[in-house]
Amino acid sequence: MKTFIASLTSLLLLVLPGTSQAGTLTVKGSDTLVILAQRWAEEFMKKNPATKLQVTGGGSGVGLSALINGTTDIAMSSRPIKDAENKQLSARSNAPATQIAVAKDGVTFYVNESNKLDALTAEQLRDIYLGDITNWKDVGGLDAPIVVYSRENSSGTYVFVKDHLLKGEDYTASAQTLPGTAAVVNAVAKEKNGIGYGGAAYAKGIKELKVLQGKEAIAPSEENIKSGKYPLSRELYFYLRAKPAGDAKAFLDFVLSPEGQALATKVGYFPVK
Amino acid sequence: MDRQVSMQGQGVVGMAVVAPKLSSAARRRQLREKVIAGIITAMAFTGIAALVLILVFVAKEALALFLDAEARHEASLSKMFLPQVARAGRPATFVWQPVSSVPKVSMIPLFIGTLKTTLVSMVVAVPVGVAGALFAAEFAPRRLREVLKPTIELLAGVPSVVLGFFVLMVLASFMQDTFGVGSRLNALVAGLGLSLAIVPVIFTVTEDSLTAVPRSYREASLALGATPWETAWKVVLPAAAPGILAACVLGFGGAIGETMIVLMASGNAAIVSASLMDSARTLSATIAAEMGEVVVGSPHYSLLFFLGVELFVFTFLLNMLASTWTRRVLKRLSGAGA
Repeated sequence: MKTFIASLTSLLLLVLPGTSQAGTLTVKGSDTLVILAQRWAEEFMKKNPATKLQVTGGGSGVGLSALINGTTDIAMSSRPIKDAENKQLSARSNAPATQIAVAKDGVTFYVNESNKLDALTAEQLRDIYLGDITNWKDVGGLDAPIVVYSRENSSGTYVFVKDHLLKGEDYTASAQTLPGTAAVVNAVAKEKNGIGYGGAAYAKGIKELKVLQGKEAIAPSEENIKSGKYPLSRELYFYLRAKPAGDAKAFLDFVLSPEGQALATKVGYFPVK
Repeated sequence: MDRQVSMQGQGVVGMAVVAPKLSSAARRRQLREKVIAGIITAMAFTGIAALVLILVFVAKEALALFLDAEARHEASLSKMFLPQVARAGRPATFVWQPVSSVPKVSMIPLFIGTLKTTLVSMVVAVPVGVAGALFAAEFAPRRLREVLKPTIELLAGVPSVVLGFFVLMVLASFMQDTFGVGSRLNALVAGLGLSLAIVPVIFTVTEDSLTAVPRSYREASLALGATPWETAWKVVLPAAAPGILAACVLGFGGAIGETMIVLMASGNAAIVSASLMDSARTLSATIAAEMGEVVVGSPHYSLLFFLGVELFVFTFLLNMLASTWTRRVLKRLSGAGA
């Protein structure tokens, strides 16, 4: 019994300093990034059990205001920080935020594989999703009504398309909303007059639309998204109050390492480098 | 409640008179009876208490819509029920776009969507369910009936997500290939899927109420020279009318609240149109689809709870109407019998 207690206390002594020394790093913000950040955190904690990471969503704005208030160590954001936010932060911590691009994200539009169109301009896509164009013949296709598929309004992709393509205006009311990219891909594969959007998808029965810019049709390929040539792509950021150091630096090094970037590809985003 | 009290009252009075003559064993038995009765009463009231608590909670969350200044501005009653200008330079319309720089929160498209899918499901499920029950109760040979009833009731055990998946993958494609409709997922397909879910409910309750009609009714009718069909149609069916109505109300309640099937099969576009071939967005599917990511306490959050209150009120009103009607029919039937 005595030896048992002794071993227990020695075990406690061994464990306790470990937990008390271990830093807890909080990561908060963009719902687009939250799944990826959780994967990063899981892998990182497997390698560095001493560091504890807490990843929560809430939205880019929520993350950045938490950074300003000092309640999070890292803010995730799917948009660049605003000047006003940076000013508030400078007033609190005497330095502007450190911005680090951690992944890239691009939205692909799909049509059924029987559709003879290969490319549309961003304006045409915009008109289709605003409901101003409702027939394929108006964009050079067959005389058939366009069946528009969209995502539920809780989706980050929904917001991205709304902000970047529709310039903040509302989707057409006849856009059918489906849960998840897989559901959209499946619907477009079965609907010969359908159009949908989502992350990069490799599925039977659908065709990825290229985006026409001038005379050039740009495919939503990895290199075009990485180079920023594809117009419907964006960078996803981590923001810190100061230059990364300690645990935060270790985590960021992991995120930007080939392994971390490979995880980004796995989750459906694109690497920054 | 009153009956409960009076029964307990009677028990106390009875005991006061008889008590001195009771053996201890009998008294213990009586006490045990009382305890059991108390437990059962408590159980019965747990259900009621849960219902009241749920209603209070949902209503409380929805109430913020009318108390909070920001919510009142964003989702006033006029914005919910009157046409609004959604895009500059366009006529005013009913639009449901709660996530937007200027949220549009018209409930009309959701009402229309709910009405369309529910109506389709009732139009299909009531005749099928009632006719099936009539066949099973009146005409089917005993052997067939013993197979038919459990099989249809088994359909009620199929999870709605499975039905929804079947409708999404098989039924929707079949309908499009057969009728060539513009939109693969639409109110008709969703309504048909819903009817799969509520036919077993209507069938079971109707069948029970048909079987409960006294044999003497049938014997009297047949003795007067009516054919079996005339007996079933003109005597048994009217006699079971209250039960059949209850079955329809149960089915309607199930259809209006059913979420998974319509979420998967209706396409969820909030369109104002009378066509059954257009996509539809229902109240329940809207709550399910949007509750996941909504900011707690925001106007949008309260709005979703308000949709829940509306669903509750609809079913409650319908139940009340149905029960008053049932009582009237019962009175008439028993009056005719006397």
